[in-house]
Amino acid sequence: MLNYLWGSMILIGIIFSVFSGNLSCITNAAINSSKEAVTICLTMLGVLTMWTGLMKIAEKSGLIDALSEKMMPLLKFLFPHLPKQSKAMQYISTNIIANMLGLSWAATPAGLKAMDELQKINPDKETASREMCMFMIINMSSLQIVSVNIIAYRSQYNSQNPSEIIGPGLLATLVSTIVAIVITKILERYDK
Amino acid sequence: MFISDLIMPIAFVGIILYGYSKNIDIYETFIEGAKDGIMTVFQIFPTLVGLMVAVGILRESGALDFFCKYIGPFSEKVGFPKDAIPLTFMRLISSSASTGLLLDIFKKYGPDSFIGRLVSVMMSCTETVFYTISIYFMSIKIKKIRYTLKGALIANLFGIIASLYITKIFFG
Repeated sequence: MLNYLWGSMILIGIIFSVFSGNLSCITNAAINSSKEAVTICLTMLGVLTMWTGLMKIAEKSGLIDALSEKMMPLLKFLFPHLPKQSKAMQYISTNIIANMLGLSWAATPAGLKAMDELQKINPDKETASREMCMFMIINMSSLQIVSVNIIAYRSQYNSQNPSEIIGPGLLATLVSTIVAIVITKILERYDK
Repeated sequence: MFISDLIMPIAFVGIILYGYSKNIDIYETFIEGAKDGIMTVFQIFPTLVGLMVAVGILRESGALDFFCKYIGPFSEKVGFPKDAIPLTFMRLISSSASTGLLLDIFKKYGPDSFIGRLVSVMMSCTETVFYTISIYFMSIKIKKIRYTLKGALIANLFGIIASLYITKIFFG
């Protein structure tokens, strides 16, 4: 998808600038943007490294596993037909916890394994099961508690208080996740 | 504002104390994890250069302004800044491309402007729906995804609406 997206963004930009007589800006735009990517990565390097270090402690001490265990009652409600001890359930809870903590590199592998396990017990291998739909929709409703990247970007552009968006972001995330759960419960009732 | 200031300290205290209670070398573990962070940034760097250049060209050419000018009047009726529209659509398609647009808004208006705060909140409560669906379902060769797309789009739409109103309430 990015093959087309990236190419067309540049092509549309250049074609547009030919017609609007802005062609001279393109070179500057390209050079300045690439320089800016470097400064942003330097800020990211600090903030993200701090966060992954902290999260490694959470992972190694078993805090993440303990939190996954606490998720079980909620997961039973979301996936009533899935046995509690099934591997799929474990992967789903790891995926959700990792997503909440903003550990996307840990969330994606667990999520893919969860889908794999769900596929094993799926009677129709070409059609998504109810559990898959629920899992995917929750996953895409965004679960992240702290958006570390956004905070890093904000501080790079001299925000007075880069982390002030944590609270509002959390509330908005809560709204989208609750809507996701409710809407999926409704949709699965009407879809045979 | 209160929760915003509390979450980081809670994370530090909770994780450090839990680490002590399980008797692990928290400092060494921190360093080990920090190395992963460096790798993550190195992996992001090429994407960021590529996408920021593309967005930079798109913006300098005036194409984005042109697009906003036509949809703007509709969105501004509900108080949604027109310059946040390209980001809103892009967010559903690609995380890195939308990051490019996010930084562009920060550069133009500053992260503490209304639109800067709005897009910060919006980026934290929405997800790259199309990308995620294709990766996950393709990996297990599912062809019929039933109501997944519908459900995910509705959840994200509510996330966008919530961002707008929550930003207004928190930051006026």
